Amino acid sequence: MNAKLRRLLSWEGLLLAIFVLVAAVNANLAPAYLSLNNQINLFQLSIEKIIVALVMTFIIINGEIDLSVASVMGLAACIVAVLFDRGAPMELAIVVALLAGALCGAFNGFWVAYVGLPSLAVTLAGMIGFRGVARILIEDRSIGGFPAWFTALGQQPLLGPFPLSLILFALLFALALVVLQYSGVGRLVYVIGHNAAVARYSGVDVPRLKLGLFIASGLVAALAGVLLAARLGAVRGNTADGFELDIITMVLLGGVSIFGGTGNLAGVGLSILVILNLRNGMSLLNVTGNVQTGVVGMLLILSVLLPNLAQMARERWQRRAVQRKEVQTGVETSVSS
Amino acid sequence: MHTWRQRIRPEQIRELSLIGLIVIALLIFGWQIENFLSARTFNRITSSVAIVGMVAIGQTLVVLTRNIDLSVGSIVGFTAYFVGSQLAANPGLPPVAAIVLAVLTGGALGLVNGLIVAYGRVPAIITTLGTLAIYRMLLINYANARTITVDSLPSWVVELSRQTLFAIGDFAVRPLFAITIAAMVVFQFVLAYTVFGRRLYAIGSNPEAARFAGLPAQRTVLAAFVLCGMLAGMAGFLFLARFGNITAVAGQGIELESVAAVVVGGVNTFGGSGTVLGALLGAFLIDLLGQGLLRWLGISEFWRDALLGLLILLAVASDSVILGWLRRVWAAPALRAEVSNER
Repeated sequence: MNAKLRRLLSWEGLLLAIFVLVAAVNANLAPAYLSLNNQINLFQLSIEKIIVALVMTFIIINGEIDLSVASVMGLAACIVAVLFDRGAPMELAIVVALLAGALCGAFNGFWVAYVGLPSLAVTLAGMIGFRGVARILIEDRSIGGFPAWFTALGQQPLLGPFPLSLILFALLFALALVVLQYSGVGRLVYVIGHNAAVARYSGVDVPRLKLGLFIASGLVAALAGVLLAARLGAVRGNTADGFELDIITMVLLGGVSIFGGTGNLAGVGLSILVILNLRNGMSLLNVTGNVQTGVVGMLLILSVLLPNLAQMARERWQRRAVQRKEVQTGVETSVSS
Repeated sequence: MHTWRQRIRPEQIRELSLIGLIVIALLIFGWQIENFLSARTFNRITSSVAIVGMVAIGQTLVVLTRNIDLSVGSIVGFTAYFVGSQLAANPGLPPVAAIVLAVLTGGALGLVNGLIVAYGRVPAIITTLGTLAIYRMLLINYANARTITVDSLPSWVVELSRQTLFAIGDFAVRPLFAITIAAMVVFQFVLAYTVFGRRLYAIGSNPEAARFAGLPAQRTVLAAFVLCGMLAGMAGFLFLARFGNITAVAGQGIELESVAAVVVGGVNTFGGSGTVLGALLGAFLIDLLGQGLLRWLGISEFWRDALLGLLILLAVASDSVILGWLRRVWAAPALRAEVSNER
C-alpha cells in the first residue's frame, strides 16, 4: 500500500470524508449554506469553544485534562462585566480578566505538576470552584450595556468580512500548529504524554512544561470568555456553562487519545469542521440545541467505539486464520509422519 | 509489637478522620450558630444526602474499577421523570412496582454505559460524557417541555419525604434517608466480603495483574456500571419523592456532586481503594459544611460552589499527602526488619 492511500485511510482521512459528506448534504438542504456569510456565521457561533479546543489539544496530548475551562471562561466574562459595572475602564477590566484566567491556570497547574495530584480531580474542583467565584462576583444579576466598541468587536466584521475572534482563531491555530508539530516544545508535549517517566529520566523539566500548559489553558480560556462577553453583549452567572463537553468532544473526535501521546492539530481542525458543519446542518433542519448536543455525544462515543470494534473484528479474524493454518499444518505433519 | 498497625490499615484511618472532621464541624457550628443542632438542620441535611449519597454509592463502585460515570445526573433526571409520568398516568401502580421500574430503568441506562466501556473498550470518561448528553436529550424529547407536578402524583410518593420512620429524640429519620443508609450497609458488606466486591478492588488497583490472574474484568466492570445505573435509578425515585415537581433539567449537576462526595470520601480516583461508607460520609461532610459555613459566616448562597471546589481540592491534596505519609509510617517496621535481615 503506498503512503498516499494509507494517509487517506487514516483518522484524518475518515474525518475529511465525513466533513465532505456533511457539507454536501447541507449544501443540498439549503443553498444559503455555501454563502460566505453562513460559513463565517457557522464559525462565529462556536468561536470561543474552538479557540479553547486548540489549547485543550496540547493538554490532552500531554496526558492531562482540564475540565475547568468553561468555568474560567465564565469567570473571565464575569470579571469584565463586574469591573465595568463598578466603573472601571473596559481595557483594564479585560487585562484583569486575562490575568485572572492565567492565575486559575497556574493554580490548576501547581497542584497537578508540583504536588502530583490527578488533573481530573484538580480541574473538577476548579470547574466547580471558579464557577463559584464567578457566582460570588455576579450573584444572580445579568450585566450588559458594554461600550459600543467592545460589542462591535465581538459582533461586527473587523477585516473585510472577518470578525476579530475569527482572525484571532486563525492566528492561534497557526501558532499552535507551529509549536505543536514543528517545535522542540511540541515534541516534549508528545514525549511527556506518551511516557512521563521516560521524559523525566531524560532530563526534561516535566513539571515546568505542565505548569506552562495549564497557564496557557487558563489564559486562552479567559480570552475566549472575554470574546464571548463581547459577542453576547451580556454576562450572567451561567455564561459558558457546560462548554467543556463540546470542547473535549472536538479534541477527542480529532483523534487525540485521552491517554495522551497521540493525535495532531490537523485532526482536531477537521473534527472542528465536522462538528460545526453538522450543528449548522441540524440548525438548518430546525433541530433543537439539545438534540444537537446529543448527536455530538453520540458522535464522540462512535468515534472511539467504531475503530475499536473494527480492530477487535480484525484481531479475531486474524486469530482464526492463524488457528486454521495451525490446524492444517498440524494435519499435514501428522500425515507426513 | 505494633499489633495495632496490623489491625488498622491507613485507609481505615481516613474514614475515622472523616468522622472526626464531621464531629468537629458539628461542635463548632453548634457552638457558634444558634439552633444549629436542631431537628430542622438534621432533616435538611439528611434529605439532601439521601439522594446524592445514593448516587455516590454507585459512583464508588465504578470509581473503584478505575472508571468514572458522568452520566448519573442524566440517569437520575430521566428515571425521576419517567417514573413520575408513569405514576401520574397509572395512580394505582403499587409502590414496589414503581421502585422496581426506577431501578430497572436506571439499570438499563447503566447497561449501555457498561457495554460500551467494558466490551467496546471506550474510555469511561468519553463514554459517559457522551451518554450524559444523550440521556438528557432522550429526557428532553420525552418530556416535551411538560412538567410533572406534585398534584398529579399519588399521595404516597410525596408522603415518603415527610413521614417519620422512627425518631431519636427530636431527630426524625425519614424513609428516604433510611433507604440510602440501607443501600450503604448492603454495599459496604458486598465490597468487603464478597468475591464480586474484592474483584472491583483488584481490577481497579492493577488491571493488568487482574487480567493475568484470570479475573473476568469485562464482566465485573459491566456489573459495576449496571449497579451504578440501578442506584442512580433508585436515586431518581428518591428525587421524585422529595421534590414532586420534575422538569427536564432534573438531576443536572448531580454527577459532579457524586464525584465530589466520592473524592472527599477518600475513594482513590485511580481506583482500587475506598469504601461506600467513606463516600456517604463525604456527601454528609460536604452538605454539613455547605449548610454550616453559609450560616456561620453569614455569607450568601452564592459562595456555596466556591467553597465546594476548595473543599474537593483540599480533600484530594490532603488525601494524597497524608496517605502517602501514613503508608510510609506503616511500611517502616517491615522495611527496618528487612534491612536488619540483610545485614
